Amino acid sequence: MAKRASPEVNAGSMADIAFLLLIFFLVTTTIETDSGINRKLPPMEESEEDVVIKQKNIFTVLLNGKDQLLVEDELMELKDLRLAAKEFLDNGGDGSCTFCKGKKDPASSDNPDKAIISLKNERETTYKTYIAVQNELVAAYNELRDARAQSLYGKSFKEMEDNYKDVNWPGNKEKLKGQIDQIKLDYPQKLSEVQN
Amino acid sequence: MSKFKKKKDGGIPAVNTAALPDIVFMLLFFFMVATVMRQNTLKIENNLPFADQVEKLDKKDLVMYIYAGKPSENYKQFGNQAKIQLNDNFADVKEIASFIAAERASKREELVPFLTTALKVDKEANMGLIGDIKQELRKVNALKINYTTKKGSVFGRD
Repeated sequence: MAKRASPEVNAGSMADIAFLLLIFFLVTTTIETDSGINRKLPPMEESEEDVVIKQKNIFTVLLNGKDQLLVEDELMELKDLRLAAKEFLDNGGDGSCTFCKGKKDPASSDNPDKAIISLKNERETTYKTYIAVQNELVAAYNELRDARAQSLYGKSFKEMEDNYKDVNWPGNKEKLKGQIDQIKLDYPQKLSEVQN
Repeated sequence: MSKFKKKKDGGIPAVNTAALPDIVFMLLFFFMVATVMRQNTLKIENNLPFADQVEKLDKKDLVMYIYAGKPSENYKQFGNQAKIQLNDNFADVKEIASFIAAERASKREELVPFLTTALKVDKEANMGLIGDIKQELRKVNALKINYTTKKGSVFGRD
């Protein structure tokens, strides 16, 4: 009775148990989507004073109930929207914007700070189209900011924001924050939605 | 007779399955780690639209979810118009205010300003409903919203 080898445990059914658990998790798994387009709603209090905005500084985007797009009173395909919005924002009509690469068309927006995109949709518009339009407009801003960031600091705006969020980023965060704010100031996101 | 027996012995040896549990365990661990248990049972169709200019929602505990879409197959008796779902039940637009208040009350006070409302809306829903939701959110001053989308191109997919 001094030393007896303990009998080996039969592990043949381990695979079965593991399979059972595996199948359970396979069935219950839903990979949750946790990304999307962030927006901020305007606060409720009504400011009574009327702000006068020149017509040429407003870029109207209208979405009707049949999901058709009317941009500046002209029918437009969704795929052309991004470019049209970029041209409008980057126009720099009054010459005060030194970094704009647009056509300097006096009939279009004065500078990116004054340019406003106004989006109006009807109740019958489908959500899918609305998101697509929002996406294109945000993309227009992002592309302009990217170009600005490239020319100023040699990296894309997205990269800068990612760096800012990354806790392990070794660089100077204060400085980076200043740079991000500068770009946001150059191309402010002025996207207003008309209430209906 | 012996002729036949000998032939049988020379067959293919059994495949060694000793490593099978390891492989299965590996898969099991992957799914265990990747799994997020659903918080709400959806009673609506929830086919999210696609977008590519997306930002990630971090801090999952600071997100309030509002679902909207057509009632799914099992709940056809509620009609075929898009409806709002809060927690586990269908809700009216007016119930959003109390839902937000309840969510806020369940969080620590200093975290309340960071709460984001994620709108998980079916892509076929119409904007009227979403306009109503947004209006209601403005009333209770929940201004940070996120249109939850899948990552992908906005063109060409239905």
